[in-house]
Amino acid sequence: MGERLRPYRVLVGSRMRSQTTYRRSFVSDLLGSVAIGLMEFAEVYVVFANVDVLGDLDFAAAALVFALANVGFSMADLLVGHADNLPVYLREGTLDAFLLRPLPVLAQLITSDVSLRRLGRVAVSVVILAVALPLNDIEWTAAKVALIALTPLTATAVFAGLFVCAAAVQFWLVEGSEFTSAFTYGGAYASGYPASIFSLPMRLLFTFVVPAAFTAYLPVLVLLDLPGPPGTPHWLGWCAPLAAVAVWAVALLGWRAGLRHYTGTGS
Amino acid sequence: MRLFATLVVLGFRRWSTYRLATAAGAFTNTVFGLIKASITVGAIGAAGGELAGYDAQTGATYAWIVQALIAPVNVFNWNELALRIRDGDVAIDLARPMDPQFAYLAGFLGRAIHQFIPRGAPPLLAGALITGLALPATPLPYALGLVSVVLGVSVSFSVWWLANLAAFWLIELRGVLTLNVVAMGILSGLVIPVHWFPDWLATVAALTPYPSMLQAPVDVITARAEGTAALGVLAVQAAWLAGVLLLGRLVFARGARKLVVQGG
Repeated sequence: MGERLRPYRVLVGSRMRSQTTYRRSFVSDLLGSVAIGLMEFAEVYVVFANVDVLGDLDFAAAALVFALANVGFSMADLLVGHADNLPVYLREGTLDAFLLRPLPVLAQLITSDVSLRRLGRVAVSVVILAVALPLNDIEWTAAKVALIALTPLTATAVFAGLFVCAAAVQFWLVEGSEFTSAFTYGGAYASGYPASIFSLPMRLLFTFVVPAAFTAYLPVLVLLDLPGPPGTPHWLGWCAPLAAVAVWAVALLGWRAGLRHYTGTGS
Repeated sequence: MRLFATLVVLGFRRWSTYRLATAAGAFTNTVFGLIKASITVGAIGAAGGELAGYDAQTGATYAWIVQALIAPVNVFNWNELALRIRDGDVAIDLARPMDPQFAYLAGFLGRAIHQFIPRGAPPLLAGALITGLALPATPLPYALGLVSVVLGVSVSFSVWWLANLAAFWLIELRGVLTLNVVAMGILSGLVIPVHWFPDWLATVAALTPYPSMLQAPVDVITARAEGTAALGVLAVQAAWLAGVLLLGRLVFARGARKLVVQGG
């Protein structure tokens, strides 16, 4: 097993070294990423500077939703966000090099880069999570402790799966790659807010098609013992792992189909 | 002036090649518009139906018009000049018998004109169908609004130009450009109307050119600022444009003097 994973370790290690070699560039990139995290939170802050409750959640609860969704998204962005570059690889023919190596192409794509600068946004989200968690009045049980520990992981898995789904579609879209941003980045944006502010069709879209609500809002309803909007059974908050599995199933099937569709860029 | 018009047309034609990309962008702008309108309407509802002069309808309209203007104003990235400074191609721009800032502004405006309808219309149409739009019934706000949008796009260009010039002194520019995106994201009214800001943030915003890019045009189009107030908004935009363009010229001149391009 260890021997089989060695090529990936070497690949990721080389990417990490290359990014941290130029110290000043790396620090400025990190700060940029921190700033993006703060910008995202600024929106929540400004809304709650005007109102006390949004979608039946107070500031502390909304911050918790925001933090959980953002920890998940920024981790996924760090690990597989570069899958977004697939159209560039397709146009330039870089993907052909992946096809020549005796390793799975998807695994190579994922390990072909790791964007350490995005640790900045992860850090911002973790800090907000650490501040927001004690501000909420949670009756802790063993199950809830497990849920809060599990949620960032499942959120990361869901968003990472969405990135792979988006990458799979690129085999057909190439130039229209921005279509998928509506679901990856759009899903991330929607997941940072209480889903109860959305109309029913949008809520269904961001729950069952793009499972953004599973990454933060639904688990937070369970943590806080809140009812949520009508038609939202409580047990849904425990289903995030199922959502992650479903996304990855679609992602892997889609990726397989996309790769078979790929015929090279020619020379 | 003829040269400027030709460059605008060339900018338009350059971007009209990427049709699928434009459609994809319009779709994504529309989905984000849905999310944003939900957040604004949700906040207005939580505030009791009215928030800083916005009711549910005008709040949703705000979100949709902003989404329609994102592409023309070019909120997310412009690093053309920075890349040309880095690889030395800027020497070609300097050798041309026209002012570089003037030429790039023309290209930027041409791009904006191309993006205006194909990327602006879908979010507005979706808005009209889903939430309804609260738009003025008289022609004057639209006429002034058009001027305001052109000024907004130009202010955006002038700020991007300045940020790009950092390439004369720095090798890796991503941090600088990201900071510009972040400042624009918060202070231009992209995600939340500037009128909702708490006092300290409103003061910060007023001291920057960013509100002139999005908040100002939307205020004029929706007739939130009417008559002399609208003219006042246009004057503020024009003042920022003149100031930042001038600063950009000075910095460019300094950078060009320092520039060393390899090769013969």
